[in-house]
Amino acid sequence: MKVKMLSYTDLDTPIHRLTGATKLLFFVLWSVSAMITYDTRVLVVMLLFSLFVFKISRVPFQQYAFVLYFILIFFVLNHLAIFLFSPLEGVSIYGTRHDIFHIAGRYTVTWEQLFYQLNIALKYAVVIPMALLFLLTTDPSEFAASLNRIGVNYRIAYSVSLALRYIPDIQRDYENISFSAQARGIDTSRKEKLPTRLKNIAAILFPLILTSVERIDKISTAMELRGFGRGSRRTWYSLRPFTKSDYIALALIILIAAASAVITFYDGSRFYNIFVE
Amino acid sequence: MAKGKILSIKTIVAIGIGSALFVILGRFGSIPTGIPNTNIETTYALLALFALLYGPTAGVLIGLIGHTLKDAIFYGSPWFSWVIASGIVGLVIGLIASRIAIHDGEFGKKEIIRFNIAQIAANAVAWFVVAPILDIAIYAEPANKVFTQGLIAGASNIVTVAVIGTLLAIAYSKTRTKKGSLTKQA
Amino acid sequence: MMNRAVIEFTNFSFQYRAQTEPTLQDINLTIYEGEKVLIVGPSGSGKSTLAHAINGLIPATYPGEISGTLRVMGQDQQELGIAGLSERVGTVLQDPDGQFVGLTVGEDIAFKLENDAVSQSEMTGKVTEAAHAVDIYDFLGASPQELSGGQKQKTTLAGVLVGEVDILLFDEPLASLDPYTGTKTIELIDRVQQQTGKTVIIIEHRLEDVLHRAVDRIIVINEGRIAADLPAAELLSSGLLQEAGIREPLYLTVLKYAGCPITPDIKPEHIETIVLEDAAGKLRDWYLANDEQPEYLDCPPVLELRDLSFGYEKNHPVLHGVSLKLGKGEMVSIAGKNGAGKSTVSKLICGFYRPSSGSILMNGRDIGSDSIKERASRIGFVMQNPNHMISKTMIFDEVALGLKVRGMAESDIEKRVHEVLQVCGLYPFRNWPVSALSYGQKKRVTIASILVLQPEIIILDEPTAGQDYRHYNEMMEFLLGLSKQGITVIMITHDMHLMLEYAQRTIVLADGRKIADDRPERVLSDKAIIHSANLKETSLYRLAERAEIDQSSEFVRRFIAFDREARQG
Repeated sequence: MKVKMLSYTDLDTPIHRLTGATKLLFFVLWSVSAMITYDTRVLVVMLLFSLFVFKISRVPFQQYAFVLYFILIFFVLNHLAIFLFSPLEGVSIYGTRHDIFHIAGRYTVTWEQLFYQLNIALKYAVVIPMALLFLLTTDPSEFAASLNRIGVNYRIAYSVSLALRYIPDIQRDYENISFSAQARGIDTSRKEKLPTRLKNIAAILFPLILTSVERIDKISTAMELRGFGRGSRRTWYSLRPFTKSDYIALALIILIAAASAVITFYDGSRFYNIFVE
Repeated sequence: MAKGKILSIKTIVAIGIGSALFVILGRFGSIPTGIPNTNIETTYALLALFALLYGPTAGVLIGLIGHTLKDAIFYGSPWFSWVIASGIVGLVIGLIASRIAIHDGEFGKKEIIRFNIAQIAANAVAWFVVAPILDIAIYAEPANKVFTQGLIAGASNIVTVAVIGTLLAIAYSKTRTKKGSLTKQA
Repeated sequence: MMNRAVIEFTNFSFQYRAQTEPTLQDINLTIYEGEKVLIVGPSGSGKSTLAHAINGLIPATYPGEISGTLRVMGQDQQELGIAGLSERVGTVLQDPDGQFVGLTVGEDIAFKLENDAVSQSEMTGKVTEAAHAVDIYDFLGASPQELSGGQKQKTTLAGVLVGEVDILLFDEPLASLDPYTGTKTIELIDRVQQQTGKTVIIIEHRLEDVLHRAVDRIIVINEGRIAADLPAAELLSSGLLQEAGIREPLYLTVLKYAGCPITPDIKPEHIETIVLEDAAGKLRDWYLANDEQPEYLDCPPVLELRDLSFGYEKNHPVLHGVSLKLGKGEMVSIAGKNGAGKSTVSKLICGFYRPSSGSILMNGRDIGSDSIKERASRIGFVMQNPNHMISKTMIFDEVALGLKVRGMAESDIEKRVHEVLQVCGLYPFRNWPVSALSYGQKKRVTIASILVLQPEIIILDEPTAGQDYRHYNEMMEFLLGLSKQGITVIMITHDMHLMLEYAQRTIVLADGRKIADDRPERVLSDKAIIHSANLKETSLYRLAERAEIDQSSEFVRRFIAFDREARQG
């Protein structure tokens, strides 16, 4: 069964040419900046910048179209939930109140709430293009090497590589196991009552876990025989050398992070307030 | 096996395979409970079991790596507050429960209680405290919303691990029992 | 010139910590530099333990007690440890997916070099060289999911070659390969050995397949001891293989039936080298004397596939209009390369996927709208890996599971489970945990858990994979017994002996189309079909050719029938 997942395509663009380590650092600093700031101006600039970079990468739309669907659903549900739980959150943050219209009970739509939720939306939106870019333009082979280069212990970096290596194999096992369980009548759908369903899930997971434990033993034996983990460092076949554009990209992200922090905290608050008279 | 080292080869491979399992179960092993917006996330039963089998280092890293990869590959962008919460679940269960000698087939009443205390503590810290506080700190979401979400997620994960996680651990321990005592019956 | 010894076992014994008996006892064995040695033995004989001693997995990964000594390249095994041994011995393990840890071919070949912190530029050169040596260079960027089993194995071998080890150790290299790829693997090992002059040790139980290329010596391990240490010609002329439960090459069995003595002088180690002379006449006489015709039973049809097509993605069909009929109590094998559509057909029959066009009829009724569960009570599917099917820890519970979820009364369940356990020879173990069983027994448990639902058809994916001759025989006789009770048995398999010996029909798929559907001995005599299914010509056909018997497939049929009688008599 084919299930869509985000995966790398080999293109030749300035973004693809950057090393994985650069893109990883860029993504981490970018995300941290986006998490810290609540300044609408900063977020808007960041969003425009990320969309611009995304365009340069020339990643084909059908590569990530399916994700946009998930993102949209999450987006709508999350914003409804915020409003339902706290319709006047914006009012309490910005300290003013401009009503637009009243719905019922405690639910009144205010400009402050709309602006607050716009900021949340922006914060979320700013990270998405960069996250997608990182995934779609970084060769998974380079991933572990990149993690190691930015300071992650090579053993842990390699475990990430192992995870990427075995995801398709485990997905195939999981499918086969659940097929054969279904054939024997083990049902995990709504047709069964909850306690039965839980027991049936355990019956499907058990063979998956046992074969995985076995797989772990086999792989560690093979890695042991091939000399993994003996040295204090290891080299990487797929590591790519830093070029000028990598240094430029890194300088750029440090600049962006610093600028966003300065602008955000300049007036002593994370929130940019348009409601001050 | 280099048992002394925190990062033995086996631990590293367990982190890799555990993370891959987390990704697959996180995407395909989510089963509706019938209560709106609440699913049985079987992946946390797996995380709890692997923390029990392979210890706190494996637990925390499977939580972090598995959750990041799952969000990234299938949903485009990781939701960091929950990623960190998953890491904490693995860490706390590993710290409290990994002294249980489950590899020698030991998982009786006492161990079941210990495992469940560990998982309840872990899920409570992660979902009732850490995840909501991070949601507020990072995303400035309304407090009552994130605490309610945390409460639902935590409670459902506690139940999931209590039932599925315990069943799996008992089953696993039975595969490790000594074989010497068996005799054929006519 | 006397070569130096690279491996010296002296009074070597080993006992696993959890076992009460030593697995290896008093082994004395010397292997010299540049030799090519084959180690054979049935399951549980200790041959894998011997391999683990050479590469250091015992005692490092499998703890236990060693007595006597083992010296590798002149140094003590225990002093070298697994790290020191891995610099001298390169191991190719039998499971290609467990050993292939890299995300691409190139990375996997480089793995050892990366661990030794070799610089990237040096690494690139060495990887390129090793990839050329095993002929996988064109796939350096491919992921393991895009490769066939044979390509994965080539990668693994290249990954061992870059380590510049002295000894190459192959632990059951043919276990997960189809016959054609297996032949290519043996040729590759031979070529690499001749080019590099390294010492090669092959552990296998598929003797005839390994002997496709010459070996210097064969060592037979049985019950933890060395039962023979002889050149191939002498071993094949002795009765030692039969005693150890290893199947001799089939052409030798025929020659024996025809009354021809096997001696080292006739060069019995290869079908092309063997000197026939007056044996050819004896073979022809034997052929003419055994002309009993088989009774073809007329089986009423049970299952019919009509013009079945399917694709996982739109515009990428993997099956194109496959039609076939299966009779009640028939034993049929389905063969074909990986990706030819074999497992897709079985998944469509079981209802895991829905065909894009065409229909499936059971006893004349279209079952297209039946659910997986409904079909499962009439069609059982047994997966290749029993561990993928076993959900319970106790044998009884596992077999009872399918009945429990169908809501049957406890007392009825017990009766039915006990009956099935009797049939499967598992009744004495009914209160055992599944984990205490051997691989073959676990496989039986999974078959029992399907049979308990009383299906009319049972589909098995590679029912005998990874099993030695004795277990193969037991499993196949058991399945034959089921078919005699009227259960239709469908086997997806590459094993040509299995097809010849047990299938009444062999269906071959290639690129999603049915290209053959006939008696196995006729299918296997067609070179084009053999080629498109990654099978190979068996030595029996070649023997018939060399003895100038025109009807080679009839010759094979007569041999199988005769052999059946002889083994049962």
